[in-house]
Amino acid sequence: MPTITLNRKVVESLVGKKLPLEELKDRISMLGTDLEHVDDDEIIVEIFPNRPDMLSEQGFSRAFSSFIGVNKGLRKYNVKKSGEKVIVNKSLKDVRPYTVCAIVKNLNLNDERIREIIQIQEKLHVTYCRKRKKAAIGIYPMEKIKYPIYFTAKKPEEIVFRPLEWNKVINAKQIMEQHPTGIEYKHLLKDLKKYSVFYDANNEVLSVPPIINSHKTGKITDTTKEVFIEVSGFDLHTLNYVLNILVTALAEMGADIYSMKVEYPDKTIVTPNLNPTKMKFDLSYLNKWLGLKLNEKQAKDLLEKMGFGYEKGTALIPAYRPDILHPTDLSEDIAIAYGYENFTPEIPSKATVGQEDLYEKFRKNIANILIGLNLLEVSSYHLANEQKQFSYMNIKSNNYVKLANSLSEEYQIMREWILPNLMKILGDNTHNEYPQKIFESGKVFKLGESNTGVIEDDNLACALSNNDIDYTKIRQVLDYLFTQLGIKYEIKETVHETFIPGRVGKIIMDKKEIGFIGEIHPKVISSFGIEMPVSGFEINLKKVFKKIEK
Amino acid sequence: MSLKELSQKLHSLERTVLPKLKKNIGFQELVSTVDLKEIEVMRAIQWMENKSIVKIDSIEKEVIDLDKNGILYKKKGLPEKQFLELIKNESKKISEMSKKLDKNEINICIGLLKKNNAIVVKKDRELIFSITSKGIDFLNKKSTEEKFLELNFPISFEELEKNMKNTLSELLKRKQFIKKDKKIIRTISLTKIGEDLQKLKISSDVVDKLSSKDLKSGSWKKKDFRRYDVEINVPLVSGGKRHFTLQAVEYIKSIWLELGFKEMTGNIVHTSFWDLDTLFVPQDHPAREMQDTFYLKNAKSGKIENKELVKRIKNTHENGWTTGSKGWQSSWSEEKAKENLLRTHTTVLSAETISKLKKGDLPAKFFSVGKVFRNEALDWKHLFEFYQVEGIVVDPDANFANLLGYLKNFFKKMGFPDVRIRPGHFPYTEPSAEVDVWHPIKKQWVEIGGSGIFRPEVTIPLMGFEVPVLAWGLGMGRIITEYWEINDLRELYKNDLKQLRELKKWLK
Repeated sequence: MPTITLNRKVVESLVGKKLPLEELKDRISMLGTDLEHVDDDEIIVEIFPNRPDMLSEQGFSRAFSSFIGVNKGLRKYNVKKSGEKVIVNKSLKDVRPYTVCAIVKNLNLNDERIREIIQIQEKLHVTYCRKRKKAAIGIYPMEKIKYPIYFTAKKPEEIVFRPLEWNKVINAKQIMEQHPTGIEYKHLLKDLKKYSVFYDANNEVLSVPPIINSHKTGKITDTTKEVFIEVSGFDLHTLNYVLNILVTALAEMGADIYSMKVEYPDKTIVTPNLNPTKMKFDLSYLNKWLGLKLNEKQAKDLLEKMGFGYEKGTALIPAYRPDILHPTDLSEDIAIAYGYENFTPEIPSKATVGQEDLYEKFRKNIANILIGLNLLEVSSYHLANEQKQFSYMNIKSNNYVKLANSLSEEYQIMREWILPNLMKILGDNTHNEYPQKIFESGKVFKLGESNTGVIEDDNLACALSNNDIDYTKIRQVLDYLFTQLGIKYEIKETVHETFIPGRVGKIIMDKKEIGFIGEIHPKVISSFGIEMPVSGFEINLKKVFKKIEK
Repeated sequence: MSLKELSQKLHSLERTVLPKLKKNIGFQELVSTVDLKEIEVMRAIQWMENKSIVKIDSIEKEVIDLDKNGILYKKKGLPEKQFLELIKNESKKISEMSKKLDKNEINICIGLLKKNNAIVVKKDRELIFSITSKGIDFLNKKSTEEKFLELNFPISFEELEKNMKNTLSELLKRKQFIKKDKKIIRTISLTKIGEDLQKLKISSDVVDKLSSKDLKSGSWKKKDFRRYDVEINVPLVSGGKRHFTLQAVEYIKSIWLELGFKEMTGNIVHTSFWDLDTLFVPQDHPAREMQDTFYLKNAKSGKIENKELVKRIKNTHENGWTTGSKGWQSSWSEEKAKENLLRTHTTVLSAETISKLKKGDLPAKFFSVGKVFRNEALDWKHLFEFYQVEGIVVDPDANFANLLGYLKNFFKKMGFPDVRIRPGHFPYTEPSAEVDVWHPIKKQWVEIGGSGIFRPEVTIPLMGFEVPVLAWGLGMGRIITEYWEINDLRELYKNDLKQLRELKKWLK
């Protein structure tokens, strides 16, 4: 989740109140922003992904100021008409269909302000814009460009300009190969024959979104007073929120917002639109949901603490809040304003009957039977190592489940059986005292017919190791287990490469094979670095359970 | 303790050794005087030292001992003697010799024997050896080396006679013949108590280990019982037991069962549809990205059988369907929803469970304690699989204040009476809350999980009607590791049998 570093002095001046440190810490975390660090100069907070509007000094302070009651209620932002326009070409349809734009004037920039603006842009890019995949922001100094602005699609070779922080003029294809930003984001333009490009009335390239601005027309400095802002991407919904969040943050710096016309082939829209949206506010639903008894006045007050407006049964949602999808979203804001710490814990006195899952209960019984034989229960990973599962066990399989992207080299598949894990555990414990008798029950995985294409079975594996361990010893464990379960099984001699020939059997229950038992082959024992005989079995425990259940 | 009592405490080994003790005696000498193994004598004198019967002085000394070859030659004879023995009657070629003697040994022998003029070497395609008259003398006379081999090893350097010291320096040049070692030389002396005890007539006819034979014959009636040192430590034993993590899991399950919750279980591999889409996690949510979630390579996608539900979920994501929500306002792909993954949370079980509930089943409460998976490289504070404690309350009258009540009840039984909630964010709950418990030792709040009320965008498509569903997902790693004072999370899966045997039981 994104964290942002805020200049504490800037925040305090925007909030309009200085809180004592302890109160500041408490209020920040009770607003729903995880406080990571605070000192005299900085406040570092984690912003939840539903609140991109708080990813700046201005946005954070706006919310915080309302929350502590300094500047409550819906903020009003004036949008003046600029009279300028952006013309969108139809060739963009399959490239990058939408843009929304604005002009901001009376910016009073200095190094600190420029840092703040870059932080907003970057944080929005990473989070709400999904690393520029959904949307990208461009900001340009007005003194360098001439209206109207054109947005169109061109072949990369035909887009020629000097990219930001680069020493020469190259084309867009070369940018993707040479410029660090091009290399970082070129995957977003994969398979595109044409790239989107903004250029101005002088035919100067402004930028190739979502990659990079032009060095000539797209670099703001501390002398910049007015800027042109565009947000481009794939759905107007997202773009509008990004633009609104950005321009209202600039307005909080004291700048003025001007709208622009964006002319699409089939329609013209005016952006930004900062009018609040209306949502029906159902107080009784909300009281029931939260377990509160608020009256209308209290509810209105709480809404205003969260920056909303309220008009007779309707909540007014600020244009920079994309997270309010449903009236229930208002319930969370009300709860935050009311204070999570002020809720009284209560449990309704309704009786329900507890019920353990019957198979889990069975599994617990199995464990209790085996620990009665002095066996230790072990616990290994569901993720497994291919080599240990198969070649170490002297077998082959083509039915196991592979992971696509595991970060652990040692664990690239899901376990197909548990016995190899027990062998590994014995191999890790050769320095410890013998006899070593262990078991584990749990899920195993293989490819097969199911909704996911993976079949999950529940197995039990058991291994004994000591100088005197042989087939009889492991067979005694199995016998004891089945006696305790009150069911019968038989053993039929079989061939299984993990075990010594002539010392391995199939475990049969109701004429169906449910597992194997035998003395482990010395080859297998040595593979795991063990120097002590091992015997073991593995059975499908779910099948045994099903029989018991009948 | 009286001398008599002390005498009754003596083990049969001590009884055997005690009479042989003198004012001062070397350990090796003592061993040679009794018919016991060295280790048994050692045990006896250590026990007696514990009882203040003897005093043991240990000095570390350099000693000389036979090495591998030395031991061998002592048994088989020196190689130079073996060499001469072979050519005593007739000359032999080197190829014949090498059938009997090691190649290295032959080389040493040739040098040594030529120096002593004991052999003549000729070359006719290969080397041929014949013995000289000096050689015959050499063979019949006992050499100093042979005398050296007859010494009692290990022996300290000071004990060697002068000519033996010279021989030693020769033998040290030969490969793995002699080794120098540090050895502890022990001298045992009787204490005053020991002397008095030795004078006492100690009956050797005592009952040591009471046996079935003693009981059948009644022979114990005429004898004394040897007194044990009951205060001494005995060797550890260990029993079979549940893995410590699972002991804690069982306890946590028992709490929810007491509170009237039903257990949910289910698969580990799910489609994204059930793990994420039904829970209203947008399809471009960062949590779905490769680096956080395990996807499968050879079972990439599954199928979603309930087509009606697919339609509902699609609409809910795109425009809110009939839930009263705006939805995510971006298009939803069924293909993406079919991608298989290892469950990222046990909330997937909650989604499956509520999808099967009918109005008549309410109120209903469910829990699970199950494994969830996150694609992390293993280190001391990251695991790729861990337990999540999940709970839901499906009740038309449930509300946010109840949520805190349930959590408080649970944590009280876990030993954390103080619980608080803070604002949080999860895509499937609204309001959402982080859960903290007050740590009585660290004296601070520690985060332990997340909770909230399922959004209507989750409940309405799955259930077909709107009802509050309180939900939480809690971590239990911290509770387990702190109980057993484990710092490295990997220890939960290390299965060190010594640790498993010795760790205390879960006693909450």
